[in-house]
Amino acid sequence: MTGFFQSEFFHNYSRSASAIIGSALMLTFAVAVIAGPFLVAQNPYDIAALNLMDSYKPPVWLDGGDPQFPLGTDGQGRDVWASILYGARISVFIGLVAMIASCTIGTLLGLIAGFYGGIVDSVIMRIADIQLSFPSILIALFLMSAVGTGVDKVLIALTAVGWVVYARTVRGSTLSEIKKEYVQAAKVAGLPNTAIIRKHVLPNVLTPLIVIATIQVGTFVLIEASLSFLGVGVPITQPSLGLLIKNGFDVLFSGLWWTSVFPGVAIMMLVFGINLFGDFLRDELNPRLK
Amino acid sequence: MMATATDNTLLDVRDLRTYFHTFSGTVKAVNGVSFQIGKGEVMGLVGESGGGKSVVGFSILGLIDSPGQIMGGEILLNGEDLAQAGEERLRQIRGREISMVFQDPMTSLNPLHTVGQQMDEVLRLHTDLDADARHRACVEMLESVGISRAAERLSAYPHQFSGGMRQRVVIAIAMLARPRLIIADEPTTALDVTIQSQILKLMRRQIAEKGASMILITHDLAVVSEMADHITVLYCGKVVERGRTRDLIEAPAHPYTRGLIDSIPDPANPHARLKQIPGTVPDIRNLPKGCNFRDRCPRAQARCAEEEPELHPQNAAQWAACHYPLQPGDSA
Repeated sequence: MTGFFQSEFFHNYSRSASAIIGSALMLTFAVAVIAGPFLVAQNPYDIAALNLMDSYKPPVWLDGGDPQFPLGTDGQGRDVWASILYGARISVFIGLVAMIASCTIGTLLGLIAGFYGGIVDSVIMRIADIQLSFPSILIALFLMSAVGTGVDKVLIALTAVGWVVYARTVRGSTLSEIKKEYVQAAKVAGLPNTAIIRKHVLPNVLTPLIVIATIQVGTFVLIEASLSFLGVGVPITQPSLGLLIKNGFDVLFSGLWWTSVFPGVAIMMLVFGINLFGDFLRDELNPRLK
Repeated sequence: MMATATDNTLLDVRDLRTYFHTFSGTVKAVNGVSFQIGKGEVMGLVGESGGGKSVVGFSILGLIDSPGQIMGGEILLNGEDLAQAGEERLRQIRGREISMVFQDPMTSLNPLHTVGQQMDEVLRLHTDLDADARHRACVEMLESVGISRAAERLSAYPHQFSGGMRQRVVIAIAMLARPRLIIADEPTTALDVTIQSQILKLMRRQIAEKGASMILITHDLAVVSEMADHITVLYCGKVVERGRTRDLIEAPAHPYTRGLIDSIPDPANPHARLKQIPGTVPDIRNLPKGCNFRDRCPRAQARCAEEEPELHPQNAAQWAACHYPLQPGDSA
């Protein structure tokens, strides 16, 4: 571990304000997501714990605020702070799982396209081109209206959109990798194609994916929020941050701003943190910028 | 010695044709090449860039990628025709029976794996040794190519080695499974001259110790004359001359071979203007009628434009494809 603290990576990290702020925000959300339910007294989705008498309480620093509900409550008397902690879990879960699925599928298809070339390559990359010509929200909307809503449907929609960027990146790096002599040498040594891909090509194309994957989590959180806001995202029983904004939006202009603004700020901080850290990684992992 | 296959023959290539079908025409990169290599022999395969030397090497291993294709001929390794062998069989042969050393040691090792991992891979693939035995074999092999503290160096990454050291590692990997034939494709071209001779000596010693044969692909006649028992000269995908190294260097029969020899600088005569072969290699998609070399040849006559010369014996051990071959003592 001392090796890590003496590395150039850590050295640059400790001198980069955006990296520290970004990772601090990400860490905060990680704690909130893991420990969230233990930090609040009220489970906002336990109907028995709600009291309609508490509805639309303003944040604690405004007139009529209740110290029990630091960020106020919504129309059902739900604590907004607790809702955010629970909602962030769903948002982050969706972002992470969709990223992992996209990355796995995209990398695999990119490797196959780049390594084997020819007709396989053409088919995979033309499908990717078609995907890219649709806005991601449109694909998601089609999918959701066809198969209905649900966390799993959101994941499918995001993955269907997200794999393309990995496939393209990996295909490009694979093409330049397989021209190198060590891949030829592995062929000459009699290594089967699958082993060449796994041992010699894959490890050499992974670095740019780390940056893409980091930033994509943020993108996915935003897309999911948009979908939920449009009413085709997660179901009301599993509200994400996006759905919280939607729920509060109805009363936003009645002066009850806190029910949608605070979840909005939460999304902003989450995505901001991820992007700051992703930018740092991009500079750090790009040998040309060194 | 050269015309017929004997019991001592390891590799017998007969009328090999490897073509590349491109949009602008068929490139006959290897067009009817034949040669034999005996056990323990080193054959130099010489020619200019684009002469089809490397394609011969990759054809033997069955590693010609589309749009290339082996169109005909036989590649007999101990009597087994590799041109007809399936991919499964070829994979067993690659690395085990035939291995290859590449030109650039900077890119022929994977930067992300240690030298030990890359050596171990070959042994795991081609032998039944257990982990301990493989480790011992790797250490032994690294020591035998002149790398000190071999056991320690196994866990080093390629970037921790210099160019010459890396080429030693590449040679160690190539020798590891005790192949019978090593194809060395310009093995010293990317190295400093001082390192070159070290590496050549090392390769010479390795094949002598292990009783392997070698095809040394190079454009450098100086390198090949140090190493090879006999030489095959390629021009435009065809053999223009072959013979024992000494005969061929001292008394080349083909004007092209003469030209290659003359273009080596002579240290005894530093003020002499360096000779060169005039002109360039003709477009291989669109070869002229008659002899491919005639436009660059000082001895060309009317017949050369009409009739393509066949490979004819010049004496007991030297063959050349020329209508007007040089006689010993002639100058070009």
